[in-house]
Amino acid sequence: MSIPRDSLLHPTVGDPSPPRVITELDYAGTERLTMNMGPQHPSAHGVFRAVLTLEGETVVAVDAVLGYLHRCHEKLAETLTYVQYPTIASKTDYVAAMTSELAYVMAAERIGAIDVPKRAQYLRVLVAELQRIASHCLWLGTWCMDMGGALGGGATIFLYCIREREVVLDLFEALVGARLLYGFHQMGGVRYDLPAGWVAQCRAATDLIEARILEYESMLEDNDFFMMRTQGVGVISREVAETVGISGPLLRGSGVAYDIRQAAPYSSYEDFTFSVPSQPAGDCFARYRVRMDEFRQSIRIVRQIVDGLPEGPISSRPGVKSVVQVRIPKGEAYARVEGPRGEVGCYLIADGGPKPYRMKWRGASFSNLAVLPHIIPGHKVADVVAIMGSVDPVFGEVDR
Amino acid sequence: MTTDEARAELGTLLGVPPEGTGAAIGVTVPCDRWTEAATFARHSLGCGFFSFLTVVDWKTEGLEVIARVENLDALFSLTMKTRLEPGLTTCPSIMAVYRGADWMEREAFDMFGVVFEGHPDLRRILLPDDWVGHPLLKSYAVDTPYPPYR
Repeated sequence: MSIPRDSLLHPTVGDPSPPRVITELDYAGTERLTMNMGPQHPSAHGVFRAVLTLEGETVVAVDAVLGYLHRCHEKLAETLTYVQYPTIASKTDYVAAMTSELAYVMAAERIGAIDVPKRAQYLRVLVAELQRIASHCLWLGTWCMDMGGALGGGATIFLYCIREREVVLDLFEALVGARLLYGFHQMGGVRYDLPAGWVAQCRAATDLIEARILEYESMLEDNDFFMMRTQGVGVISREVAETVGISGPLLRGSGVAYDIRQAAPYSSYEDFTFSVPSQPAGDCFARYRVRMDEFRQSIRIVRQIVDGLPEGPISSRPGVKSVVQVRIPKGEAYARVEGPRGEVGCYLIADGGPKPYRMKWRGASFSNLAVLPHIIPGHKVADVVAIMGSVDPVFGEVDR
Repeated sequence: MTTDEARAELGTLLGVPPEGTGAAIGVTVPCDRWTEAATFARHSLGCGFFSFLTVVDWKTEGLEVIARVENLDALFSLTMKTRLEPGLTTCPSIMAVYRGADWMEREAFDMFGVVFEGHPDLRRILLPDDWVGHPLLKSYAVDTPYPPYR
């Protein structure tokens, strides 16, 4: 049964007043609507405001409003010593805390020419890869929840992913005692060694996650709604990708097989066998595919480490007794690591004292988010949500 | 284009001596050649990837603008630096060359007050519009004296 359109617009029951006049926007003309998306919007995965200019349902311009989570980490780093800051560094990208800690200590170690024992290097890679798995779990879950009802309830895959992320967080909890922000790295190595039984727990976790990833893939890729909402949506060309400076899975989803772990290996990444997945299409689906393949490569690296973890000390420096214990000579260095979201870089200038003279974070999410104004115009409002989720921004790292 | 060729071209074509070691090339140019250096990096050296742009406050020696770009095929990076005269806060914008410089220059303006000439939309990005001062300057107190933020 079809309801005549007029009866919806002009209800006649019980209301004798004249019908309301409804003006429709002139879609063919120049009528524009400004729509505020955020700052509290579930698809923003944080606090982010996008001011969208719409023509009908189509976005014609985006203005991004950032800074809601700004804590001025760079000023903070100038006031804290090399011993104090690494734990604070984890609060930039709180979904992948291990990554930013590593970038900071690597920069300081590079200036100070501090050696890191082999076992510590392997442990750093181990936690970095587990962190990538945990972070990608959160990304997949939240992104699919953003696209909501189209995936048959939406929250299903979110809860599945959170369940698997929990397994990795349990590993971190057993290792350092914390679940979100770790303080695992220190100058010259790491703070904690693997406890008894950890390796077996880790093997079981990776086996479980590997099996579950296959489930997610078949669940999503059999779903026509998912395919329609991701394929051909939010295409980033290679040229735009490079000039804006997006990195990580976004860059690899635009056909550039560039991964810092292979292009400029750090922390003994050259010892491990893994491939760098890339997809030429540049759309949301390509970015999804890249990340799903990265799950498997991370699991592959984790297995290689637990199979061949060398014995030896976990740090070349004594344990921390004083906050001004580490002094590094005058100099500057840029250290970068391949985080789950891309190139996390720390540009450090030391003046010989116990604190840095200047520290700059190159947050992967900040540069990745900057691509939004270039790719969103031309899409429908509903696609904005799918595109934003596929970029996977973490606002602690955008705003720093 | 290899790393060595890039070093050679920087010396011969741009006329500035390359610094740094290995695949991390560094170059320091005067402020009025900043845009020229960026254009050269992008089109002649193939450094299409824009990594970051930032500023360092060297107190009485002036501000220094630093940008890092990269050639993802040949796997080398170029860190460009330029020093602003003490007391000066204007620098040419390289946004027309690298689109990624848009937000990075806005952040540098926000934090250091460097005015990038030629940037079409230079306004604060991380701090509120009514913020007083530029926090990453060395002269700025760690604890801001201005209400309502203190």
